[in-house]
Amino acid sequence: MKHGSIFFLYVSQYMKTRLTYRVDMLMEIMSDLLFQAVNLIFILVVFGHTNMLSGWSKDEIIFIYGFFLVPFAIFGAFFNIWDFNERYIVKGEMDRILTRPVHSLFQIILERMELESLFGVLTGIAVMIYAGSHLDLSLSWYDPIVFLFMVLGGAFVYAGIFILLASISFWSDSRTSIMPMMYNIGNYGRYPVDIYNKVIRFVLTWILPFAFVGVYPSAYFLGREEWYGYAFLTPVMGAVFFGFAIFMWNIGVTKYRGAGN
Amino acid sequence: MGKYIEMIRVRFLMMLAYRTNYYSGILIYSINIGAYYFLWNAIYGGKGEIEGLSVIQMTTYVAVAWMARAFYFNNIDREIAQEIKEGKVAVEFIRPYHYLLMKTMQGLGEGIFRLSFFSIPGMIIVSLIFPIEFSAAFSTWMFFVIAIILSFIVNTQINLLTGVMTFFFFNNDGLIRAKRVVIDLFSGLLLPISFYPGWAQNVMDFLPFQAISYIPSMIFTEGFTGSAVWEAILFQLVWAVILILPIQALWVIAKKRLIVQGG
Repeated sequence: MKHGSIFFLYVSQYMKTRLTYRVDMLMEIMSDLLFQAVNLIFILVVFGHTNMLSGWSKDEIIFIYGFFLVPFAIFGAFFNIWDFNERYIVKGEMDRILTRPVHSLFQIILERMELESLFGVLTGIAVMIYAGSHLDLSLSWYDPIVFLFMVLGGAFVYAGIFILLASISFWSDSRTSIMPMMYNIGNYGRYPVDIYNKVIRFVLTWILPFAFVGVYPSAYFLGREEWYGYAFLTPVMGAVFFGFAIFMWNIGVTKYRGAGN
Repeated sequence: MGKYIEMIRVRFLMMLAYRTNYYSGILIYSINIGAYYFLWNAIYGGKGEIEGLSVIQMTTYVAVAWMARAFYFNNIDREIAQEIKEGKVAVEFIRPYHYLLMKTMQGLGEGIFRLSFFSIPGMIIVSLIFPIEFSAAFSTWMFFVIAIILSFIVNTQINLLTGVMTFFFFNNDGLIRAKRVVIDLFSGLLLPISFYPGWAQNVMDFLPFQAISYIPSMIFTEGFTGSAVWEAILFQLVWAVILILPIQALWVIAKKRLIVQGG
């Protein structure tokens, strides 16, 4: 209960600060939209030259991209702690975090949220509806519930990976570029894994499971039964990765020694 | 002239001091090249060629486009915006050099650094992993060198233009971000221009963006041959000259209506 009310207090505070600079916020949303449009244009142009991508049609690829946008938006809104090392470890801000009455990771999420990123949920759903209407997909009554689980699973996979990487900073505070690298690897998950070779496919499924953010869960909604096994694993992978990340974070916090003065 | 060369040197040395940051950059670019390599392979499927490019040429195109990006890419638009916002630009006005030229030289210093510590080693690494074809013809390499120098000029000019606009908008982070996305798409970094539908190609013929990535990459992969090469370089040259006009015009107006917000 305490966490819930603190969360909403932070959200309202966040809204106030952001709405003070409306133009700025609008520009940010616009540039996000532009970025998402670029990826769509890429898919559209490419399919001007081919009908199938390893057995996936244009609308299916667009659907996968649309799905990917939803968990990615949730991740971007709450778990985007790519600058954790610099901001909290190097500058010693972690000291302050540890004096707060809530869990340290929860406190950081409160401070670092970027709610405008949630706009991507709408874009993603719009893209999925567009692609879905071309594909004649039918929805069952339980599909929205499945969708919720899949999205949360995907978002938690992303969050788990980034929290794990952030936790490394507790042991070594030297600057690394792993975080930006992860964004680029994350892009691999936007396309069907069958286009990659075996090693990359294995990595994307079990080690850095970005495939669970895009192609695997989408396969369920696209009725691709050969991938159902992986599709239903999505929430499990999310829970496992997120749980493991929290576990490592908690160990890491005990190793934190503080920096600077 | 001497002072500008000195600026190139200083920026080069500054970058050299932080060179470890760049080793991971090579890895990031390789990851991107890898993603597009697999994607393009799937797109080609069994097809021998699309729009005159074979799959090996396409892989080469992707690799060289990214590695050339390391050379022409710079953040001087952001730097200019920052200096205008902080009011530092007022001091720059009274210094004995042309501010925009000085920024260009700093960008060039950065570019030369990345070319030698990023693009060239990166290209060697990438060529070991992916099937990439290097041209054996001396003329191709010569044209490529000319083309990437011109691509640096055009890209820098567009950066200067976006940067100088801060004088009028005060806060143009959005514009800078939008510009970056537009350049990635329309310069040919993500997709060769010849892959776009005809009407889009016609529109892009009237825009400078393909001078940045498409032309040098097509020359390198020998997608352009014969007179097409000359035409492409002429295209770049014309834009490099045309773009001087709006920059100079905006600069003159900006100097008159400069409002220093602090500093």
